[in-house]
Amino acid sequence: MAETGLQLGIIVGYLLLALGVGLVAYRLTDRTAEDYFLASRTLGTVVLLFTTFATLLSAFTFFGGPNIAYSAGPEWILVMGLMDGVLFGILWYVIGYKQWLVGKANGYVTLGEMLGDRFGSRRLRALVAGVSLFWLFPYVMLQQQGAGTALAALTDGAVPYWLGAGGITLFMIVYVALSGMRGVAWTDTLQGLFMLGMVWAAVAWILSAVGGPGAATAELAGAAPGHVTLGGGLYTPAYVLSTAVSIAFGVTMFPQVNQRFFVAGSKKVLKRTFALWPVLVILLFVPAFMLGAWAQGLGIAAGEDANVLPLLLNEYTPAWFAALVIAGAMAAMMSSSDSMLLSGSSYLTRDVYRQAVAGVTDRREALVGRLGVVVIALVSFVASLFQPGTLIEIGDTAFGGFAQLALPVLVALYWPGTTRTGMYAGVGGSQLFYLASVFLPFVPASYVFPLAPGLGGWSASVVGMALGLVLTVGVSTVTGHAAGEDAAVYRGRSAD
Amino acid sequence: MTRETFVWSAVAVLLVALAVPWFWWGSSRVVAGLPVWVWWHVGWMGLTAVVFAVFARRAWGVGVEGGVDG
Repeated sequence: MAETGLQLGIIVGYLLLALGVGLVAYRLTDRTAEDYFLASRTLGTVVLLFTTFATLLSAFTFFGGPNIAYSAGPEWILVMGLMDGVLFGILWYVIGYKQWLVGKANGYVTLGEMLGDRFGSRRLRALVAGVSLFWLFPYVMLQQQGAGTALAALTDGAVPYWLGAGGITLFMIVYVALSGMRGVAWTDTLQGLFMLGMVWAAVAWILSAVGGPGAATAELAGAAPGHVTLGGGLYTPAYVLSTAVSIAFGVTMFPQVNQRFFVAGSKKVLKRTFALWPVLVILLFVPAFMLGAWAQGLGIAAGEDANVLPLLLNEYTPAWFAALVIAGAMAAMMSSSDSMLLSGSSYLTRDVYRQAVAGVTDRREALVGRLGVVVIALVSFVASLFQPGTLIEIGDTAFGGFAQLALPVLVALYWPGTTRTGMYAGVGGSQLFYLASVFLPFVPASYVFPLAPGLGGWSASVVGMALGLVLTVGVSTVTGHAAGEDAAVYRGRSAD
Repeated sequence: MTRETFVWSAVAVLLVALAVPWFWWGSSRVVAGLPVWVWWHVGWMGLTAVVFAVFARRAWGVGVEGGVDG
């Protein structure tokens, strides 16, 4: 019981620290929508890097990822590196930098706004916002669910699930509603550094207890030889590629990440941030996922639904340290959710509310934005209490859903020949196909390429992306520009 | 497409293509405490970071900024 008190004390202490940071940011925030949602486009290198990085991370770093490494081997390190280190870095430039230029020149805050302006269409704007919110909302719910589960497991049920999930929700509402993008970015920086520190401390602790990485890997090779072999089992070349491609493109269209493309203070900030991606990915995921794999060799018995990392920590480290790591995992969940709440609210406010209601002032928009945060957080909390199967399924497939948006957007950014009808076809067609593959049992979720069956099955998400590309380009080719379209708004933007 | 855009696109494709050491598929060799393919990946990510840094310094804007012809 004393142990539970200590663990709770550590987590609450950590949350209060984050809240303090949010309050300082609140004092520096003026009351306009641009400042609330985008920190007036003034974020510096370190803060921008960590806020995007922390946003990318969710409970997967500490729970899902190590669990897969434990059961199937650490190849997810490669998936992560390819996805977040290389592909996302390239997209950071190709989509992110372009969006930054276009956004700065025209004052955009959301993806829907950027597309709606170019294609002269409020309906397209609403469609993109609607699709984004559809995939975002269940994903927020999953994070609350994860927080509730982690707290209940840590305290052996002393903190019931609803209290853990509700407490985290309330906490996020207070500081997101107060501090906006600046507070979120600052706490994300704190949380990113904290997670990095914790995962390395855990590795050092456990490896020194078992005799170094050589000994740990030898144990692993003895217990599960397939785990040190590249490939095999779950991992086919097509699995590695489809997963990395689908998630990397999906990440760029997640509202909270996409909106980051509009917030960099200067070109210099984007440039510096860009080169640090692969380094951060390696620093975080190699140790986190190797720990999961080593746990298999060290005889940690994790059941089907159990998280392996807390079990490993309980075995080799004291209770206070395990609590700190759980606090890190909560940090990961919150740093994803807080940014999602904020961005979701800005989509709702700007792309829906502002389009439907006339004569909204800037101050009023910032106020409605704060209300939006509260509403989204509360509704998703209530949903997390009931955990409806459909919502869980949408949340689990959200990356694929967002990935469907990426190629039509990319085409629109670079090809002046893109037409409004082409965008409707590309966005709508790929979404329908992907939804069908998720929900309709007779639409397959995996596709073997007949010319190279040895590579394994490609995911429906990647197939849908290809379909979206073909539809956007194909339909744009055979249709003309509609009245109100302005291809020039994306053209010829330079940084100076 | 300018020559510079073409060259950097090829570099990007190469960075993506070899992030996973496909030529060691099925290998279970362990070097210095980790599977050899983990080391490859760590090294490749380091190389990627260096290439990104060089790109950011020398060629930033290629293919994205309008009116910049490399």
